[in-house]
Amino acid sequence: METKDIIKPENLVYGKSELLIDTIMHYCPGCTHGVVHKLIAEAIGEMGIQEKTIGIAPVGCSVFAYNYIDIDWQEAAHGRAPAVATGVVRLNPDKFVFTYQGDGDLASIGAAEIIHACNRGENMLVIFINNGIYGMTGGQMAPTTIENMVTSTTPCGRDSELNGYPLKMTDLVAQLPGTSYVTRQSAQTAAAVRKCKRALKKGIQNVLDKKGTSFVEVISTCNSGWKMTPVQANKWMEENMFPYYPLGDLKDSEKGEPVSKN
Amino acid sequence: MAKVKGAVVVDVEVCKGCDLCVQTCPEDVLALHREVNSRGYHYSFMKNPESCTGCTNCAVVCPDTCITVYRAKVRA
Repeated sequence: METKDIIKPENLVYGKSELLIDTIMHYCPGCTHGVVHKLIAEAIGEMGIQEKTIGIAPVGCSVFAYNYIDIDWQEAAHGRAPAVATGVVRLNPDKFVFTYQGDGDLASIGAAEIIHACNRGENMLVIFINNGIYGMTGGQMAPTTIENMVTSTTPCGRDSELNGYPLKMTDLVAQLPGTSYVTRQSAQTAAAVRKCKRALKKGIQNVLDKKGTSFVEVISTCNSGWKMTPVQANKWMEENMFPYYPLGDLKDSEKGEPVSKN
Repeated sequence: MAKVKGAVVVDVEVCKGCDLCVQTCPEDVLALHREVNSRGYHYSFMKNPESCTGCTNCAVVCPDTCITVYRAKVRA
């Protein structure tokens, strides 16, 4: 059978989600943002909630997320996405509200907002893209930069004596009674991407069931900021970031339940 | 036994040549082209089309969603 005989509409097994707008993304080649945008679009499309979804775009590389996914969006000031989302979800309790934030946005300038939003158990999904760097502004050290990682502001590697320790935001919010589902995922292989999509769908379902805050961290790469090729960056992430940020579910319970110690 | 054959279509202008699909492909079907698209990226193409099984792994990892996958059963 020739290739041209296979390429027919009835044989289609994977195509672009209808929710993804035909704009070419501004992200660098191999950027994890593109993968996660695709997963959000697919998850919302498959669950049929396009009309009731409101996304809160952050500041950072993904500030233009509203140009790529065909849902309602609201832009927030740097780090304030959870605060804006709180207002949106309290005024529109029947909508599905999610924030999409990077690590500079969520873990640094927006640390107070995210902690208090999660502690209040606001009914929203938080998608946290952690690549350990301020990608948009030129690869400076972020709170989540792992020890000995070279960035433009730590040219000899992050020194915990001088710069403190990397912040595990996901572990912090898992301790709060307001959160119902807290997980850490990645998106570097096909299997990891499929797993990440299942986690996002579960987070969305929890919000639709009004279970409190769901928090999905995606360990990501910033190959331009890390000064690597996309393939090298994925390998570096597996070798260096996964030991410090182990993947898996940290919490899966009802809102208000005590945090399990296992 | 029915055999499964696949084929992919790459949106050449959207592809940024990140190489992730090439590395992910278990059958070594894809490669980056010698030529570049209008934005100067070496786009992905089917170097070895007869090996494709239509597993969709390349499309799943593609950050720019520029790969469409087709799959058909072939009767031997």
